[in-house]
Amino acid sequence: MDKFISLIARDIRLAVRQGSAFTMTLSFFVVAVTLYPLGVGPELNILTRIGPGVLWVGALLSCLLTLDRIFQADFEDGSLDQLMLGSLPVEFMALAKIIAHWLTSVVPLILITPILAVSLNMPADGIWAMMLALLVGSPVLSLIGAIGAGLTVGMKRGGVLLSLLVLPLYIPVLIFGVAAVEAAIAVLPMGPHILLLAGMSLGALVICPVAAAAALRLAVE
Amino acid sequence: MSLTAVNLRCIRQDRVIFTDLGFSLKAGEILWVQGKNGAGKSSLLRMIAGLLKPASGEIQWQGTSVTEDPDGYQNQFQYIGHQEALKPVLSARENLQFWADYSGNRDVSAALTQFELEKIADSPVGIMSAGQKKRTNLARLISSPAPLWILDEPVSSLDTHYINLFKQQLEKHVAVGGMALLATHQDLNLAGSRKLDLDTVKASS
Repeated sequence: MDKFISLIARDIRLAVRQGSAFTMTLSFFVVAVTLYPLGVGPELNILTRIGPGVLWVGALLSCLLTLDRIFQADFEDGSLDQLMLGSLPVEFMALAKIIAHWLTSVVPLILITPILAVSLNMPADGIWAMMLALLVGSPVLSLIGAIGAGLTVGMKRGGVLLSLLVLPLYIPVLIFGVAAVEAAIAVLPMGPHILLLAGMSLGALVICPVAAAAALRLAVE
Repeated sequence: MSLTAVNLRCIRQDRVIFTDLGFSLKAGEILWVQGKNGAGKSSLLRMIAGLLKPASGEIQWQGTSVTEDPDGYQNQFQYIGHQEALKPVLSARENLQFWADYSGNRDVSAALTQFELEKIADSPVGIMSAGQKKRTNLARLISSPAPLWILDEPVSSLDTHYINLFKQQLEKHVAVGGMALLATHQDLNLAGSRKLDLDTVKASS
């Protein structure tokens, strides 16, 4: 357990020292979402209508930007070899790196969502639902993304392939994530959608570290 | 303590690198793996470290196959690859401390002292020279001790002073019953080291 936490702590420390991981995804998210009101025009009903979808798609795409870094940096400098040889099982090593990615790249997106939601004229109920849905559903983004990152880790230009592998798998999260927010805006119960998102997160939590570990074992050969 | 390799065969992208390779290593011994570029030195070392699966043959630790008993072999060796495995934004001390934590050890100050790194211990690895990085990487051998050292080109980019320092560390390790598997191009004149020449292994097969 100490080793698990020390790996998460190291990855967070690296992200803080390098700084670029936080700022890059965050600025991309802000810029991408802000483009919509500019492109669609200032009609408030339309913005309210598309708001949940825009925020979710923005979050998915911002998350993609950093996915390839989950294992790539460690692969390039030989740290991945050492991490695989450690006494921590490879599955848990992968999980620790996934958690670190979620904390450093996805949580900042959730925190800035309320400000962006206001710019999309989202009602207050919707904003809370949006944050809750992101909080419950976004671990799936890091978890599924890690499989793609593991599969493309040895490739020089794996980023595009990674997007093609991972984005289709994000569709269920997107559908239920948007549905939860729309339900909240329409004052309908959003519980079932949130529970489905939670189910997906838990399912991915079990399957994805194992799959990512298998991909990594192939990658270091 | 013993490490035995039996009839190892290495295939990389449909090309046979070596086949029928066997050796054994006992406590207090050093095996110097030699061979031309591409003879399979690094592949053999990665195989012994368990990063590469042999196409056939097996590796035994204390007479038991490591695929049958992976837990018994884990933490018994320390692999130093030709990549440094150091993060440029962390200092030498932080890098070593992480790897020590990760392998369940604590103290890294002895390792820093033995490889004469105290002065630069707190500067980021990113601004270090190649030799300083190499020494920081080698210091892991002391901060995360293990009976078997698997060393891939450990003295590349070190000057004569530090090569001698490394030799002393290696000899000390072997003197207390450790063992080492070493691949280098340079002859380190190590007392009591045996040679494994991958070029002749291939020729005789």
